[in-house]
Formats: sequence, structure tokens, C-alpha cells
Amino acid sequence: MNESILRLEDVTMQFGGVVAVNNLSLEVNKGEIVALIGPNGAGKTTAFNCITGVYKPTNGRVSFHDQVIAANHPHGKMKKNYAGENGDRYQSEKTVSHTPDVITQLGIARTFQNIRLWKSMTVFDNVLTAKHMRAKQNVFTATFRLSAGEEKRMRQETEALLEEQDLLRYRDELATSLPYGTQRRLEIARALATEPKLLLLDEPAAGMNPQETLELAAFIHDIKDKHGLTVFLIEHHMDLVMQISDRIYVIDFGKLICNGTPEVVQNDKRVIDAYLGVAEDA
Amino acid sequence: MKQLSKKKETWLSVIGIAAVYIIVSVLEIFIPSTSILFTVLKKGAIYALVAVSMNLLNGFTGLFSLGQAGFMLIGAYTYAIFTMPVAIKLTDSVYKYYHCAIGFDMGFLPAIILAGLAAAAFATLIGIPVLRLKSDYLAIATLGFAEIIRAVFQWDELGPVTNGANVMREYLDLSHIKIPFTNIPFPPTLFVFLIAGICIAIIVLLINSSYGRAFKAIRDDEIAAEAMGINLFKHKELSFVISSFFAGISGALLAMFQYTVQAAQFKTAMTYEILLVVVIGGIGSVSGSCIASFLYIACSEWWLRFLDDSQYNVLGLDILRSGFRKVVFSVIIMIIVLFCSKGIMGDKELSVRRLWEKIQRKKAAKKQTVKEGAENE
Repeated sequence: MNESILRLEDVTMQFGGVVAVNNLSLEVNKGEIVALIGPNGAGKTTAFNCITGVYKPTNGRVSFHDQVIAANHPHGKMKKNYAGENGDRYQSEKTVSHTPDVITQLGIARTFQNIRLWKSMTVFDNVLTAKHMRAKQNVFTATFRLSAGEEKRMRQETEALLEEQDLLRYRDELATSLPYGTQRRLEIARALATEPKLLLLDEPAAGMNPQETLELAAFIHDIKDKHGLTVFLIEHHMDLVMQISDRIYVIDFGKLICNGTPEVVQNDKRVIDAYLGVAEDA
Repeated sequence: MKQLSKKKETWLSVIGIAAVYIIVSVLEIFIPSTSILFTVLKKGAIYALVAVSMNLLNGFTGLFSLGQAGFMLIGAYTYAIFTMPVAIKLTDSVYKYYHCAIGFDMGFLPAIILAGLAAAAFATLIGIPVLRLKSDYLAIATLGFAEIIRAVFQWDELGPVTNGANVMREYLDLSHIKIPFTNIPFPPTLFVFLIAGICIAIIVLLINSSYGRAFKAIRDDEIAAEAMGINLFKHKELSFVISSFFAGISGALLAMFQYTVQAAQFKTAMTYEILLVVVIGGIGSVSGSCIASFLYIACSEWWLRFLDDSQYNVLGLDILRSGFRKVVFSVIIMIIVLFCSKGIMGDKELSVRRLWEKIQRKKAAKKQTVKEGAENE
């Protein structure tokens, strides 16, 4: 049961002199819903970007299904300026880095903190375009309609996915004309269209009202079961996080300060200090 | 409102396009071929093709590239070099100062395709360094490469192939095209329309395919496109190469139309002309580019010609003279950019469905006013 799907080991991301993520190690097991929380600017989204290939970590290793998808150690100018920990642990290891599209190909899909739907496209086309990666075709067969069967399959699957996500009634509307909460759901549907095994959600409840947030919790459970997913999410709404997560990782100033079940995290002094601040004279 | 079925829509579109070709054929039968109308139609069709190819890049993939004239030059020269009969290559009527290195010739159709392939091959090489750049930087780099191509083609050392900076002529131009298996000349305007039409149709098919959607995704949001598994470099390169392929073909058509070709003609000013057509037509609209290209060519070659002629000084003012046309043109462009910045079509397409819906809406509005009028009485 406890089969690890995503593993971060000593991941450090340093921009110039700023260490945004410092020596972060965590593990996400298959079929879990795991949350990554922390105060503003703690480095949560940076961690996501290291996993999805947007950034190349300065040090450390990221593996997905036991395949190393990113590995690096400080070299060049960074060798001297490196301010993180364990800078020499991965010296002998080969540097691995992939562009985000390769990571998606492997089965990690993500959504964005600030919604990034394709503005000029309809709801249907947004999801359909995400199917492009897995289609068996080349530019010649696609242009001259020699792979019409493939196109038809993509369209049917898109239709089915929209139906399942209750978005079919918006089918031909522009993606940006939808209400905010629906746009978030569409972004998740688009990520699902890439047929992922691991879904990364970056603040899925941002900007939602309490009612919508409540629905989102059920929605995430629902897609997890239907698509056999593992979910790793960043979130600020604590009710949502505590309600749906199996385990929680808390980071502050780029460092992991606590991890465990919601109950453990809720009662941890370091977490409370990180969120509320420590009294001066303590 | 009455609905238009999909089948009916397709048929009406086919009829509409066929009508254009029939009109062109009929015009060619009844109007003498020396008429300015045919110059405009031919050049308009050629510019429509290159504008659509530029639109594929600028409008649909979001890559602001200014290399189109360079790729047209490659196409035009490839066509001229390979269709010039060996007999002419051997004499010094064209290659006056050089000994021609190409010892064979070929028919016009393979040469047109070869022209496209040559441009595409250059684009593949240029694309590797250039497509890593973004927006303005990409524009500057492609503009630079287009200039380099022009300079290289004028280079003395390449004289045995490109005839240096001298004029290329006596290759297979439009007057040499015969109807297959006969000796009857093919109507030249119809020929240009056919080739340009086929190429534009292929581009439209591409835009509406899965790859076209991927291009649009890159244009709308690169980061999201990459996160959804679209390989940015591969798709940008693809769009760049395909666009250049069709620019090469339009270069070949331009060579056929002009009877002579010289590298000096393909300056950046030509790229700006094409960019102008794309902007006037609407960035991201194929039909807009086509309409704008005919309007632009008609204005610059025909309708506004009188502005250059000092004979027509109607107001008694002595302002009409050679070059005044360009002044008026600049003013028109400024007006378009200021008041109609999305161009003629915006990013919409001229389609049967849109026309149908417009007519239906007008009808409904008319009915409404009649009803209101009746109620008022």
C-alpha cells in the first residue's frame, strides 16, 4: 500500500543569495492526498516548480516512481555561494533535468495558483488541446486528416471528461467568461486530460467562497477515486486541508518544520509559531 | 432564428470558393490579359499566400518573426535557378560573368515544391538558435537573418549559382505554363490562384488540426502549454518551418509573375509590406489576410496610382507628384492603426455561418421594429 510515487530528497532552490527552498525532503505515497502548507512566501510554489521542471533545483534529487526526474548539485559560481545544506551529498551524481512537457508526459499534471487557461479558446478546446500530447499522430497525418480516428477519439474523450466534471453545459463558451470557481474546475479538468498519475494542485480554493470550498473537497475526493490519482496540493484554507489530507507537510522559510496527520500538525507548537509568530520575550 | 446545418454550411462554403475561381476564369476569357486588373489579382494572390504564412507564425503561434522576405528570396531564386533551361545557362545571356554550376533543369511543379523545401531547410537551421528568443528579440534576429540571406545571395563567390547581384531571367515564367498534354497556355491568373489557394487551404487545415490548437495554446500561454505536455521548441520550430515553406512557394510564384528576379528586391521593406497586410487584415485571421492583401495591392498598384501623376492636379494645388502615393498610404495606415487596431476581421474568420447569423439578426431586428411600429399605431 505504501508505495512511494513522488520523493524529494534534500531539494534546495537558491536564487542568487536567497534560499527559497532549503533541504526539503518529502514523500507522497500512491493513492494519498497530501498537502503542503506554510505561511506566505514559505517556498511552496517554488517546491512545485522544482517538481514540474519549471525550475532546476540547485541541489538534491526528485524522483517519480523510482525514476529520477531532477537531480543537481551546486556547481560553477553557485559552488562558492551555496547557502543551503548537504551541498556535497550529490556531487558524484549525474545532473538530471527535464523540461515541463517531459514531466507531464511522465504523468505529473498541475494547475496554477493564478489560473492559466488558454484565453482565446472555448472550454471544449481547452481540454481537447491538453489531449494533444498523448495523441498518436504527426503533423502530416493531422493536417491531411489521415488520423481522423485519433481526432475523433480525442473529441469523444474530451466530451466524456466534460460530462463527468459537469462542465458540458459551458462547452462552447470562452474559458475566461466562466465564473471563477468554474474556471478552477476547468483547469483541473484540463490537467486530467493529460492522463496523469499524480496531480499537483496549487491553491485550488484560492478566491472561492466557503460553499465552493466545501464542494471542492468532495470534488477532489471524487476525481481521485475516478481516475486513480494521487493528489499533492498547496492550500491556505485550513478547513479544506484538515478535511481532505491524509498527511500534511508544513514548511516555513523554505525549511520543513513539521509533518504528519492533520491532528499532529494542528497541535504542533512549531506550526502555530510559524503562523502566528513567536512572542518576543519567549 | 433559423439554424444553419453543418452540411449546408460546408456546401455553401464550397460554392462560395468555387464562385471565386469561376469569376477569375471568366474574367480571363473576356478581359484582355494586359489589363491592370490581372496584375492586381496575381500579385494579390501571391501576397495573400505569404501573408497567411506569416499569420500562421505571428497570429496563430504568437512568434513575432520578420524573416518572410528572406524565405521568399530563397524560394524565388531556387525556382529561377532550377527552371532555367540548360541551353540558356550555357550561353552568356543570363550568366554573363560566371560559368553556371547547375547543369540541369526541371519542370515548374517540382521546382515550386523544391523552392518551398529549400526555404524550409534554411528555416530549420535558422530556427534552432533564433527560436530560443522571445518577442522583440525574435523579431530582430529573424530580420537580421533575412538580411544575411539577401547579402549571401548577392555574394560574388556564389556567382556560378546565384548569378551574383545580377538579374535572373529567362526561366519558366507564367507564360510558359501550358495546360497538361496540350500546347494551349494555362490562364496565368487562374494558375496563381490555384497554387495559392491549395497552399492556403493546407494552412487552414493545419490550423484547425490538433497541431493548430497546440500552436494557439503556445500563443495564449506558453507556461500553461508546456505544463500540459506541449514541447515548446518542437512546435515553434514546426510552425516556423511550415510558414517558411509556404513563404518559399510564394517566392517562386512571385518569380514566375515578375519574369525577372533580383536579390535587391527582397529588402526588409517587403517584410513590412507583408506585416502591414497581416495587421490590416487582422492578426489571427486567414480570411482577413486574404482580403487585406487584395485591397493593399489594388491600392498600391492601381487605385492610388493617380496620386503619383502630376497631370491630375484637380484642386489646382501642385502636390500630386511621384512618391505622394506613399504619403497618403502612410496616413491611411495610421488611421487604421488608431481607429481600427484589430484590422478588418480581428481574429474572426469570414464564414458562411457568420454571414448567415448576421442576416438572421438583421431580419429579426427588422421584424421587431415593424412590430413596435404596429403597436404604436
